[in-house]
Amino acid sequence: MSDSEFKPVLLGRVGRPDSQSLASYRADGGYEALAKALKMANTEVIDVVKSSGLRGRGGAGFPTGLKWTFLPKDVNGPIYLCINGDESEPGTFNNRVLIEEDPHQVLEGIVISSFATRATTAYFYLRFEYGRCYRVLKQAIDEMYANNLLGKNILGSGYDLDIYLHRGACAYICGEETGLIESLEGKRAWPRIKPPFPAIEGAFRRPTVVNNVETMACIPHIMNHGPEWFQTMGIPKDPNNPRDAGSYGPKLYCISGHVNKPGLVELPMGITARELIDKHAGGVWKGRSAKAVIPGGISMGFMSSAELDTPLDFNGPGRVGCLGLGTAAVVVIDDHTSMVDVLYNACRFFAHESCGQCTPCREGTAWSTKILERIREGRGKLSDIDTLLEISASIGTIPGTTICGLADGAAWPIKTAINKFRGEFEEYIKSGRRSESPVLAGAH
Amino acid sequence: MVKVKVNDIEVDAGPKDNCILAARKAGVEIPHYCWHESLSVVASCRMCLVEVGETKPDGTVAMGPKLVPGCQTPIKEGTVIRTDSPKVKAAQQMTLELLLLNHPLDCSICDQAGECYLQDYTYKYGKAHSRLDEPKLQRMDKYHIGDQIALFTDRCVMCTRCVRFTREISGTAELHVVARGSHEEIDVFPEDPCNNKLAGNVVDLCPVGALCSKDFLYKKRVWWLKQAESVCTGCSTGCSISIDQNENKVYRLRPRPNPEAQGHFMCDEGRFGFKYIHDERRLSAPKLSAALASGTESQRKTTTGNFAPDLNFADVWPTALTKARQKIQDAIKADPSGFVAVFSPFMTVEEAYLLAKFIKGIHEKARLVLGPIPTVGTDDKYPKGPKGEPPAEGKVKFTIRGEKCPNRLGVEAVLKHFEGSVVRIESITQRPNAHAWYIVGGYTSGWVTEAIDKAVGTPSLLIVQDIFPSPLSERADIVLASGSFAERDGTYVNHAGLAQSANAAIRAPGEARPDGRILMELAGRTGVFNAMALRKEIGATVPELSVLASGDLGEQGVRLVRFAKLATAAAT
Repeated sequence: MSDSEFKPVLLGRVGRPDSQSLASYRADGGYEALAKALKMANTEVIDVVKSSGLRGRGGAGFPTGLKWTFLPKDVNGPIYLCINGDESEPGTFNNRVLIEEDPHQVLEGIVISSFATRATTAYFYLRFEYGRCYRVLKQAIDEMYANNLLGKNILGSGYDLDIYLHRGACAYICGEETGLIESLEGKRAWPRIKPPFPAIEGAFRRPTVVNNVETMACIPHIMNHGPEWFQTMGIPKDPNNPRDAGSYGPKLYCISGHVNKPGLVELPMGITARELIDKHAGGVWKGRSAKAVIPGGISMGFMSSAELDTPLDFNGPGRVGCLGLGTAAVVVIDDHTSMVDVLYNACRFFAHESCGQCTPCREGTAWSTKILERIREGRGKLSDIDTLLEISASIGTIPGTTICGLADGAAWPIKTAINKFRGEFEEYIKSGRRSESPVLAGAH
Repeated sequence: MVKVKVNDIEVDAGPKDNCILAARKAGVEIPHYCWHESLSVVASCRMCLVEVGETKPDGTVAMGPKLVPGCQTPIKEGTVIRTDSPKVKAAQQMTLELLLLNHPLDCSICDQAGECYLQDYTYKYGKAHSRLDEPKLQRMDKYHIGDQIALFTDRCVMCTRCVRFTREISGTAELHVVARGSHEEIDVFPEDPCNNKLAGNVVDLCPVGALCSKDFLYKKRVWWLKQAESVCTGCSTGCSISIDQNENKVYRLRPRPNPEAQGHFMCDEGRFGFKYIHDERRLSAPKLSAALASGTESQRKTTTGNFAPDLNFADVWPTALTKARQKIQDAIKADPSGFVAVFSPFMTVEEAYLLAKFIKGIHEKARLVLGPIPTVGTDDKYPKGPKGEPPAEGKVKFTIRGEKCPNRLGVEAVLKHFEGSVVRIESITQRPNAHAWYIVGGYTSGWVTEAIDKAVGTPSLLIVQDIFPSPLSERADIVLASGSFAERDGTYVNHAGLAQSANAAIRAPGEARPDGRILMELAGRTGVFNAMALRKEIGATVPELSVLASGDLGEQGVRLVRFAKLATAAAT
């Protein structure tokens, strides 16, 4: 399927009048997937999702169906489903659009997923700043209760489910799955040590599945059209790599930064960054060219202008030294922007958002910010570059020095910026110039 | 037991041990801050990073690709732990460099210097230079954090041991973390300082100089302190403690980990309640009434209460003890059942044994009586629930007992053996029928009630062995100035029948002597007081105390047979 003939799936109903209402969703065939799923056994639903190759859209790309099978077989007591709507990765806004414009699509996915995982309670953890999302979701959930789509005996199937809408606590770390669980429990969002993984011991010490909003939105479509349909989109498995799960399905790309037409587009997985910028975002602004592109939120690191033909699927960014696809939030940085400023901005974000639990992340993020601050003041030393690299190499779950991946996200921008733009850093330090640009790198 | 290998050293470790404990058994230290045996595992300080691998069935070793925190990583048969690889050493250096980034390095004025894990680990595992060029974060010290504790915010390494202690052990949850990232601080809510009865433990738990005891602050450099292993005499829990003293002055008490007694902690009542031992009012020399001093009985009636001036140094104890022995023997021979010896629950087993044996050796009809048992309220159990309610049975992690004496059980065991039963002093105050008294005190504060005072009255012979003056010592014929818990060697038996040995840390003030030494000489026994030798004798003589026969009770003590049976019955 080529891009031109691709019809939006997840955003299919966005922009229609009254797209948030249950009536309009049902008129477009809504909740048929749920009716279908409720007639199946829950393991069959898992099998459908598993064979579709759907991978989590929250950033890590873990196969969704596989995650569900990690739940223990014989459980006495409740299983919980947590929906991660704490969309905090800079540049990411797809969950917001999905919730605000088509809440029932997400909620239908939640009911189907809860049924599949035998969860009788679902917690929707919503970023606090998303006020409109909250109001829309609340209304949608009320409608569902009124129409036997939630509560006891859903659609006469004998299956009971309650959804609780929980507003978050305004922190990046609340999007980490165990941080989210802690925050949901009313505690400080300090990620938990794993194992035990949430599937064994999650919210309120019960087996728990945590899934992203966009993942949930995919579920009804997979139920309706079947796993084979889902695999017609995207990049198939790499036959040479047995561990590759493929990158199937439609994906929402959030484009922002120095482009003419920032926004949200839905495309099959695997479009290149260059195509995305030129075809779907109107090209780089002011006739400039891109110096660097962030493939999926700032924590994934930078692609240089030479790497723009990298396909944005789950494996592509990794091949050019980035951490991964992340949330597919593409941020374009034009050639008039100093990478020192961009990196400073990124480091400042992570120093601010580090939860402060693990020493390497707590101190390392703050230290790298201080170093960059000094470089921007014209008092940098060439040895600072190596210090920054050493800090970035020694924080994160990949060297094994932190509990969660926030520090990896803080390390990757440093690593990729310095490795790919080292000359610019050295030139900046040697020139001894003071950065006159405002702190927000993207604002000029 | 599982076999693991730590830096090529094979060792048998417990199946539930983590890497830190397994390495400890192999004699290898894995440095750590946040992990503590009695608190939950958070694995956040990242000081204990090690390389861990497993032995495959064919004998090859597969090391994991990442560093793992030793505190969180369980072991199994064939686990291989490496703490000395270049990767581990680099991680340790980095962690220490990061911890010291915002640390003020004010060791020269820090109370913790000398027993600080940040200092020790930096010397052992860190590097000498920091690459930080920027100013350090500066934070306000928080003296308001508790009545007994002060927080030096900038020295904190955010291990959160203190926070977990108040949540998991005391259950009072006063301490918590505020702010985020490198700006994080330990704090309390306004108007809710950390004043629970176990609060002093957070000072011991703090691996660095962030939480300091206000009581000890700037009093003494810790390297001048000498430790003596002892037992807290504040209540019948009998916490194992270390008495830290310098030049005959006790500066602080610290709990000594003992799973058999109390665990890792002690209460503030015990921790700060030792001050009475340095009280100026303490009896510091033996005294004889004027009548006895001059040797003429007849004068006594007219000069009751008038004591002779202190005897000179050379004479003081031999004279007092010779007179006392003579008087006791005379009194018992005149009317055996009219002689009453009052035993204090603050006495050690050895002291009780010496006195009982001496008295009963003169005449078996002389009476032995147990003195008052100080009791305040009921047992105070922790962790407290959200509303301050005590924990459910089986969830108790610490108990402050209502019985405020250390050795009721030990003294009772001796009395049962020599007297046949335990007679409480309260039961004979109405009709004491006594004309001669030997009364042992040693209580932490005034203990002579009106009833006891009245019951004793003005007998023909009154000998008081105590540490503080009392109405009885005022009118006694002979006052024997004795020692406090910090001045005694001996054995205490706690509420659960655990016999622990305590060692003297300091000398008694002035001419006062520890009770054991007084009683040895009073009983006319030759040689110096030796608690271990006496324990052997007691073990052979008193069946209930047979476990003392080994003499050496070890660091954790031994349990009396009767209680050991109870403990096994409860466990099965």
